[in-house]
Amino acid sequence: MNSDKLLHKVLYIDLTNKKFWVKNRKDLFDKYIGGTGVAIQLLKEECPVGADVFGPENPIIMAVGPLTGVYPLASKTVAMFKSPLTGNLGESHVGGRSAIAIRMAGYGALVIRGKSDIPVYLSIHDKKVIFKEATTIWGMKSSITAGRIMRENEKGQGVRSIMRIGRGGEKLVKYAAVTAETYRHFGRLGLGAVFGSKMLKGIVIAGENTVKLSDPKGFKKLYNKLYEAAVDTSLMKKYHDLGTPVNVMVLDKIGALPVKNLTERNLKGIEKISGEYLAENYLARRIACAHCPVGCIHLAAIREVSEHEDYFHKTTLIGYDFELIFSLGSMLGITDPEAMLKLIEEVEVECVDAMSVGVVMAWATEMFEKKLISEKETLGLKPVWGNSATYMEMLTKIVLQENDFYSALAQGVDYASSIYGGSEFAMSFGKNEMPGYNTGPATYLGFLLGARHSHLDNAGYSIDQTEMLTKDLAPEDVVDKIIKEESLRQILSSILICFFARGIYTIDVVSEALKTIGIDFKDDELLKLGREILSEKYKFKAAEGHSIKDLRVPERIYEAKDPTGKITSEFIKRGFDYASDKLEEK
Amino acid sequence: MKLSIIDAARCVGCQSCMFACVRRDNVAGIASSCIFIKSRGGISTGFRVITCHACENPPCARVCPTNALELRKGGGVKLIPEKCIGCGHCKEACIIGAVRWNPEQNKPSICIHCGYCVKYCPHGVLEMKK
Ligand code: SF4
Ligand code: SF4
Repeated sequence: MNSDKLLHKVLYIDLTNKKFWVKNRKDLFDKYIGGTGVAIQLLKEECPVGADVFGPENPIIMAVGPLTGVYPLASKTVAMFKSPLTGNLGESHVGGRSAIAIRMAGYGALVIRGKSDIPVYLSIHDKKVIFKEATTIWGMKSSITAGRIMRENEKGQGVRSIMRIGRGGEKLVKYAAVTAETYRHFGRLGLGAVFGSKMLKGIVIAGENTVKLSDPKGFKKLYNKLYEAAVDTSLMKKYHDLGTPVNVMVLDKIGALPVKNLTERNLKGIEKISGEYLAENYLARRIACAHCPVGCIHLAAIREVSEHEDYFHKTTLIGYDFELIFSLGSMLGITDPEAMLKLIEEVEVECVDAMSVGVVMAWATEMFEKKLISEKETLGLKPVWGNSATYMEMLTKIVLQENDFYSALAQGVDYASSIYGGSEFAMSFGKNEMPGYNTGPATYLGFLLGARHSHLDNAGYSIDQTEMLTKDLAPEDVVDKIIKEESLRQILSSILICFFARGIYTIDVVSEALKTIGIDFKDDELLKLGREILSEKYKFKAAEGHSIKDLRVPERIYEAKDPTGKITSEFIKRGFDYASDKLEEK
Repeated sequence: MKLSIIDAARCVGCQSCMFACVRRDNVAGIASSCIFIKSRGGISTGFRVITCHACENPPCARVCPTNALELRKGGGVKLIPEKCIGCGHCKEACIIGAVRWNPEQNKPSICIHCGYCVKYCPHGVLEMKK
């Protein structure tokens, strides 16, 4: 029997009354393992139907899993909340040191309730929560500086995680992010704004602990097998060498990389922002999430010369990956690597979701090009593809919401286009701005039907690349595959391994790993549970008014060419009808 | 043989070595590992790899009031747990921070230079040296 006492502890924090307590929730962990499975239950307990996303009733849940701190690549934390961006399920995953820190601090999950009257950050050490005054770092321009100040004020070096928001979150930009350490983000769906609405600047959590095993010998044996697989296979090569930016040229070659809001299929000069070029010319260092031998986080160094002083240089290290290159590079027509890296840095400073803000600015550029908006709306800015300086200014205006137009942009492209028009090319799906895959119909069905409207929900893009290109799959087949993959991923995100390791953590490996720590699930029970967790999420969405048939599909996807040439409204509609039967309770 | 660092600049901060050291005791987790990895000042600046230097004349042994730390052949020390009273002087004496504390046992975590962690460093940071 699972006797992991650390995992079962849920730390409840009440920001309104500045109180905290721990509750044993063995009930939830026994039934739903951990991570996503447990988090959706906690969300349903805490978040009343129809909750105001910025009200004290919108909770923040963070959960880790039984394999966290035990097996390699179990490096993620899941957060759940009601999303300010979509108005339904908010779920976001982060790596860095967050998962290990929460688990080793002795908790399986955190539940944050209420709303503080003054800016605070939470300092969680030695089984205590200290509510620390954060007035002096609230409103600070750079979230990186705010993070540094928290770091210098806190103990637990080496075994802590520092999560914080920037101005994006403070100003309630609906796609504001929470940064963990540096370079890792709860990016999608606006957790940063929920932090901001609670006057919660950040969380520092640290601890050291050990986890007892029911079969130490089996554990070590399996550990070695997984470790070997992680460092010996192509996984290491793919993610460590060039990292996810390896996809830039791969997708460009097949014409699947979104360029200039999908108005074009290829981008001249794309090589300059490719993984290869960046690694050769700018790569300074790679870093890893805690307990991940792969180390896929790539940092580029750029050296800027001061205009005012000779021999004065500023060197900045900037994390880059595929999604950033898409959203702040190709989507905006930017091919100057340094200009793109600087824009990435600025997005990190403001702490908003890079994909969302990139797509929002791409839409604004096309609106301006088509003269549907003018300098009156943009406050004098003339957005043009590739002009990164304008995008830097635009970013600040969005975060500060300098006029009605910019405040609309701060609410996402779905909302902005509902006011200003141009919804045919407002590239969001389920109100979440698109990621960098224009691979075919499965990708879009994947975004639309995924419970958090993320490409990582069900990897529709992979169905396009491996099957749709060569075969004719019916929409119903695609939906079946999507649901199957998304169900499986519920298990992976309940044990919270990095999705990059999904090839190593097959379902039999998962059950074997759980067994060594005294948790018994048969393979088919796990698969069934995965499907159940997905249904639980869909129930939450439905209660908040989400319905598949009401999903807006931007017409652009039918006009823009994709590698399969198979995206039609008929295909999507049939997919919707079938998915509605499968996913929505009648 | 003793544990040594080939090149700390190659360290990605995965802490696989720390988890390995803890696994020797047939448990999982990260408490009281004998090797310690922390960032120099935020992860963008790289990592410090803190290991026992296996000093020939180790200050930790010299300050131990009960002689619980015996000199080890080839450098460094061996902990005799029955003798250790948990005063923590050794921890203070090691100014590189290689003596870490195990709060559960109230005793120092002393590297025995077994080399187990070396096998789990995927990026060639660590080695065993004569
Ligand atoms: S050499 Fe052995 S005791 Fe020393 S840090 Fe490595 S694993 Fe731990
Ligand atoms: S295993 Fe190697 S790369 Fe990873 S933290 Fe330890 S020394 Fe650094």
